[in-house]
Amino acid sequence: MVNLVYFARLREALGLDSEKVALPQGVGDVASLTQWLRGRGKVWDTELAPGNRVRVAVNLEVAEQSTCIADGDEVAFFPPVTGG
Amino acid sequence: MAVRVQTEDFDITVEVLKLRRGNPKIGAVACFIGLMRDINENVTVTEMTLEHYPAMTEKALTEIVEQAKRRWDIMDVLVVHRVGTLKPMDQIVLVAVAGSHRRVAFAACEFIMDYLKTRAPFWKKEKTDKGVRWVEARDIDDDAAQRWH
Repeated sequence: MVNLVYFARLREALGLDSEKVALPQGVGDVASLTQWLRGRGKVWDTELAPGNRVRVAVNLEVAEQSTCIADGDEVAFFPPVTGG
Repeated sequence: MAVRVQTEDFDITVEVLKLRRGNPKIGAVACFIGLMRDINENVTVTEMTLEHYPAMTEKALTEIVEQAKRRWDIMDVLVVHRVGTLKPMDQIVLVAVAGSHRRVAFAACEFIMDYLKTRAPFWKKEKTDKGVRWVEARDIDDDAAQRWH
């Protein structure tokens, strides 16, 4: 299982702050996980589309599309940060 | 070196005294204080809520401070960032850098703020006279961080 967490505008749009999912066959990096989540359709497809500049962190480190994901990881999805 | 995320306000006098106490080699402390304004993009803002990613925030701030310490010969750093609900004129963030001379202190302070703005997982939501909205990230902040590369 991996723990998925969502923040800020994305959390509100998806209506979900976290969930545990079993990684499907063939999902092993950020790009394929994002693609799989977009496959849920509707708001998932639009919110996680590339044009939305969604940021991803894997195990609390900022990740790239190619960053690997394995069982037990925490993967966070969020909009560009706006602190300070 | 310390990084803190808190809902409470901070007292800069107390914080700077703590930062430099007992170290006679410190010749300069540069401070940046970020404040909440009552206007953003020409719309009146009455309240702001800061959200963060608790597990990641301190780690991200610590990494930024460590990078600053590798780049400049600085002696101590304090970062305090508030979360929760804030009103116009409230303090949002404090970055204080102690060094032997002003140049390193100024430079490291600016670097830490530029990186914090683009890398630390905080998000602002504003209550305005036109409704509630999430603050959008600005390219100008990315450019500011980029110039240190």
